[in-house]
Amino acid sequence: MPLLSVRDLRVEFATPDGVVKAVGGVSFDLKAGETLALVGESGSGKSVSNLAYMGLLPKSKTTITGSVLLETESGPVELIGMANDDLRKIRGKDIAMIFQDPMSALHPYFSIGDQLIEAHQVHNEVSKDDSRERAIELLTLVGVANPDERMKAYPHQFSGGMRQRVMIAMALMNNPKVLIADEPTTALDVTVQAQILKLLRDIQKQFKMAVILITHDLGVVAGAADRVNVMYGGRLVESAEVNELYENPMMPYTVGLLDSIPRMDQGHGKRLRAIPGQPPSLIKLGEGCAFAARCDRKSELPNGTCDKSPDLKPVKAGHLVRCHLYEIKAKATTKAKSPVSKKSEGKKK
Amino acid sequence: MNGLLAYISRRLGVTVLILLAVSFTVFVIFALLPYDPATLTCGKNCNDPGIIEANRHRLGYDKPFFEQYWVFLVGLFAGRTFGEGAAEVFCAAPSFGYSVQLHSCVTDLMFDALPVTLSLAIGALILWLIVGVGLGIVAARFRGKIWDTLSTAFVLIGTSLPTFLTGLMLIVFLVIKLDWSPFPAGGYTAPDEDIVGWFLSMFLPWVTLAFAYAAIYTRFVRSQILEISTEDFIRTARAKGLSDRVILGKHTMRAALAPIVTMAGLDFAGLLGGAILTEAVFNLPGMGRLSLGAVVDIDLPLIVGTTILAAAIVVIMNMILDIVYAFIDPRVRV
Repeated sequence: MPLLSVRDLRVEFATPDGVVKAVGGVSFDLKAGETLALVGESGSGKSVSNLAYMGLLPKSKTTITGSVLLETESGPVELIGMANDDLRKIRGKDIAMIFQDPMSALHPYFSIGDQLIEAHQVHNEVSKDDSRERAIELLTLVGVANPDERMKAYPHQFSGGMRQRVMIAMALMNNPKVLIADEPTTALDVTVQAQILKLLRDIQKQFKMAVILITHDLGVVAGAADRVNVMYGGRLVESAEVNELYENPMMPYTVGLLDSIPRMDQGHGKRLRAIPGQPPSLIKLGEGCAFAARCDRKSELPNGTCDKSPDLKPVKAGHLVRCHLYEIKAKATTKAKSPVSKKSEGKKK
Repeated sequence: MNGLLAYISRRLGVTVLILLAVSFTVFVIFALLPYDPATLTCGKNCNDPGIIEANRHRLGYDKPFFEQYWVFLVGLFAGRTFGEGAAEVFCAAPSFGYSVQLHSCVTDLMFDALPVTLSLAIGALILWLIVGVGLGIVAARFRGKIWDTLSTAFVLIGTSLPTFLTGLMLIVFLVIKLDWSPFPAGGYTAPDEDIVGWFLSMFLPWVTLAFAYAAIYTRFVRSQILEISTEDFIRTARAKGLSDRVILGKHTMRAALAPIVTMAGLDFAGLLGGAILTEAVFNLPGMGRLSLGAVVDIDLPLIVGTTILAAAIVVIMNMILDIVYAFIDPRVRV
């Protein structure tokens, strides 16, 4: 049983222009102790899908369907549709989050000590002194010097990297099983990025946490993740072990993403390539393949193939792709295999 | 703490400079007006050059401009004597000048009027803060629900009804039509004479003034809360698992405190210059009535005095707000 099991998660926003299908049926599993990267460009639904089951999206005008099961001591619990008061007991305790901009994510008017202690107090019936000790212990762990002194300081008195360390300490206050890191290094300098990523790696081992790393930066993913889920237009388009994905990307979008970042192992002469076109409008998503308009290999397929959206199917063990190009290949090579249903998809991961 | 003291003394220094600049500006403006202050002292149909010249000398209008301003400044700190011999009048410090038309020191006139306006402003401030902030919170908390709609109706009525209409309606329905009404129809009772009488004489003016402001504050507080609710640190608070009540009461309101205090401070300071309409409707002898009378009668010394005092109150309130900020916002304390 995976720690977190997401099935056919859909998120829709009602807007004056129409219904935005921000997440259009995402399924994945998160195993205890693994780091799962969710990769995609802005608006691909990578953040929204996680905010949704955490109950952090504005309730009015948002429709969330599907199933997200969290494994707890008393068995799996369904997070979708859970009463707000029950869900908030899971937030910050079983599942903690850190965010992109550590400046605006910390309350500017409270000392970081207050904010850390509060995070502990809300889920534990212990004295403030106990929470204080815990806070100092974690500040030490994440590498904040002079934690005793620094507890009194306010967020603006920290550098960006230090603020993110404080955010991480705050997320760890209650020993969460899952840490959702939403673009944790995007707002930071490159050198600081590396430090924060290393810290995340270290604490993950120490706390035996599963981490969902949301990022648009495949460079961040390479050193940090075990598995990678690539999202496009609100759906998963490719999912594989990190090395497999880098060596053998299949979906043209993933290939495009990898071509758009510099790589040490590919010589100097190679130019970086941008993916032409714009991300699809999530209001006008039709029946067809969402990437078709930008796909440079569309011509390899018979006319009209892209009018229908492909399904997410395994091409080899542990490597799933949503692409017509490989549906044909899959048919040719694995004829013996029966069509894969959504249920067995989950087991494969 | 040393940083805070340095900050406060720095702000005090700046405030003194601003006050000087304000008083000088006001002085220049009134020197440029196409009125001869000495002629004005003589009354409407007065053409007697003897009286005019005598008053000119008596009030110091015969001196050069900068000397007049200097004498005015000295008078603020040391008091000032007008006239000589039998006609001599001494206005004690801080002397803002002498009103020939009212036969009184400007300072005395203002210090009689200020407590009235202060009573009005403080009571109204308390009332509108309670109602405005309270309704604003309720409206934001139940956004889109019936409570929000009702508060919007309140905002609409409060902002569109002019003060003189609200005041007159209160007088008609709560004083004139009500036989057992405890409220007087107008006038002011000093609190040291009769505290209950003071409260009763001020109650309807408070309600009148607070009604208009409460509506504005309801809308302001509601929009502040809704705006702050979209901040990242509120999302963090929710991600921590805090209850809605704690998030609203602690995290959101703490962030809303600074803008509310700023707005309340400036509105309060503005009111101390005089709530002209409310004072007129309820016949309260406050700063508003005093300055209105001064303008109508072209009583120049009184206009200069009330203008400088009103400006000084705003400037000083700004200083107080800056200092209060240092306590509210840790980012200001550097």
